[in-house]
Amino acid sequence: MIVGGAWQAVSVPPATKRRTATPLAGRNWDEPTLAPVVLVRGAEPLLTERAVDGVVGLARARDPEVEKVELEGSTYGSGQLLVAASPSLFGEAKVVVVRSAESGTEELMADLITYVGSPDEETTVVVVHGGGQRGKKMLDTLTKSGAPVMVCEPVTKDAEKASFVVGEFKAARRRVDAEAVRALVDALGSDLRELASACSQLISDTTGTVTAATVDRYYGGRVEATGFRVADAAVAGDAGGAVALLRHALDTGLDPVPIVAALALRLRNLAKVASMRGGGLSARDLGMAPWQIDRARKDLRSWTPEGLAAAISAVAQADADVKGEARDPVFAVERAVMTIARSRR
Amino acid sequence: MTVWDDVVGQEHAVAALQGAVANPVAMTHAWLVTGPPGSGRSVAARAFAAALQCPQGGCGTCQACTTTMAGTHPDVTLLATEKVVIAIDEVRDLIMTASRSPSGGRWRVIIIEDADRMAERTTNVLLKTIEEPPPHTVWVLCAPSVQDVLPTIRSRCRAVVLRVPPPQAVADLLVRRDGADPAVALSAARAAQSHVGLAKRLARDAGARERRTAVLSIARRIRGVGDAVLAAGELVDVAKAEAVSATQERDAAEKAELMRGLGVADGETLPPRLRSQLKQLEDDQKRRATRHQRDVLDRAMVDLLSLYRDVLVVQLGAEVDLVNAELAETVRSLAADSTPEQTVRRMDSIGVARTRLAGNVAPLLALEAMTIALRPQG
Repeated sequence: MIVGGAWQAVSVPPATKRRTATPLAGRNWDEPTLAPVVLVRGAEPLLTERAVDGVVGLARARDPEVEKVELEGSTYGSGQLLVAASPSLFGEAKVVVVRSAESGTEELMADLITYVGSPDEETTVVVVHGGGQRGKKMLDTLTKSGAPVMVCEPVTKDAEKASFVVGEFKAARRRVDAEAVRALVDALGSDLRELASACSQLISDTTGTVTAATVDRYYGGRVEATGFRVADAAVAGDAGGAVALLRHALDTGLDPVPIVAALALRLRNLAKVASMRGGGLSARDLGMAPWQIDRARKDLRSWTPEGLAAAISAVAQADADVKGEARDPVFAVERAVMTIARSRR
Repeated sequence: MTVWDDVVGQEHAVAALQGAVANPVAMTHAWLVTGPPGSGRSVAARAFAAALQCPQGGCGTCQACTTTMAGTHPDVTLLATEKVVIAIDEVRDLIMTASRSPSGGRWRVIIIEDADRMAERTTNVLLKTIEEPPPHTVWVLCAPSVQDVLPTIRSRCRAVVLRVPPPQAVADLLVRRDGADPAVALSAARAAQSHVGLAKRLARDAGARERRTAVLSIARRIRGVGDAVLAAGELVDVAKAEAVSATQERDAAEKAELMRGLGVADGETLPPRLRSQLKQLEDDQKRRATRHQRDVLDRAMVDLLSLYRDVLVVQLGAEVDLVNAELAETVRSLAADSTPEQTVRRMDSIGVARTRLAGNVAPLLALEAMTIALRPQG
């Protein structure tokens, strides 16, 4: 029989750094530059748009008469690039934007590879590649030729979203306090485009420093919650917060089933880490990332085996309930969340 | 030799069915064969069909008997499913078949092996034709219990109830039909709790016996909540692996055949217009894998249930044979460590997990809740 609190004895190793996929090398999306060929890579459409606008803006600054030509990768026909990039009769400079090179035709890849060998110095060709493996040879050739690469990766972490918001306000020479930034990210963080338009609305509609109160006036009462945030709050023992987040999640269109799955996953990780005590099992055996284990260890200090057992049983019942055993799936999830929060010591 | 040889330990039911074959007055157009899994519902249904087709009433040697038992008789249609449910379209096709008169035999027999795997609206499609089929058509539905089919179907059928055959009868069948070793056959029949198909598998496949022992060892291994969650994960992983190994080769073969049928050479990409056909095949295969995984898990839970039944038998001092005689040691130590109340609660939790699995609860979660309830509690 395990005595409650035995888990407290576990020593906490120093936090290991979280592993992520290797990021693309290159300059940031908001540092445009002019070159005969510029590559814009990344899957976030808002940022690629801005990167392209930045390059076009630079070209305009150099020559206000510059002509912009758009080419679409998926409908590209052989030779279009050369026609678009060659100097016109009146000798004005040109910017050629090649969109969606990730779904480009074979002709596009071939033409780009030939073009980058002898580019026209007066013309700027901007190649937009939205990620994926297609056109890898073309991308490698472009990068090797020394063309600048602008990276527009999707913004996923809350800290990155916050710095995006700060950047937006800085670009408009407006002041914003940290509370307001957090409130904005909480309310609209799931879509970068929405976040950007909210920033521009606040910039144009208000004056002075933007505070949390201002954000609340415009976007108050809207919280984007995910099942994982609900699970975090419940495991932390914050019953009220967890239920509030749950209601927000359901109101913004989340189905009860994935929420229950998130609760189950969180508790499963706690139980697995609990079994690591002296058992010689490593993170790899459990199939968990090191940061998940660290977090679970921290949480476990306030959980007893009995509490964990009660919580997992409640979630299993809730899963049965949301899949048709009970009449009201929302109530079933709410009850499970309350039980989890109460099972904590 | 007769067609009824493989229907073991069901003298009563066999007598009723034989009577209907011999005496036209005792015959009716719709039958509902019920009995616990493995008691031989589908075998009984086939034997009945063979007896109906056979001029001698089920000799077991004539062409009508052998083709029916092999499932190739033109007037006997079998519907079983390897997926989770029987689709409504399959049943609609059956109704078309039912309205045709028999081509050579005396009856057109339609057997639905998994009548409990039909959704309500699927069963409703059958109502009309089961009530008044054409004169020479006979419907035989099989289900675990009478409650598994709608009352409207129930009232249109004549019920034949199969019982759990005695282990000795099952063991005799295994020895006679499959040439199993008598001692192994008896212990397999006990372990399978007289489920004929399972007993055969246990008697013939040493790997299956090992897997069963491994599942049962879980009961001893769980010491705390963490172990319980890990054990549940292990069970699900094993079930998944078993489902993959059982279906992988067949999936690949079916895909290759479909590609050949569509005229697509190896390694060529499928034209977009044909992709829906491949998609449908893949969906079917996925459903089959789901069903297989669930069946494996359900079997593991039934095995665990039998172990705790033995524990309860020991705790209450009842004078009956143990199902898991070879695990007597484990059973006794589990019995000593807990009270009968706890054992009953554990058996309940296994039952709940089985219901939940059938109700589409995430398998891992359902099993976690179960293994947690199995852990030693003070």
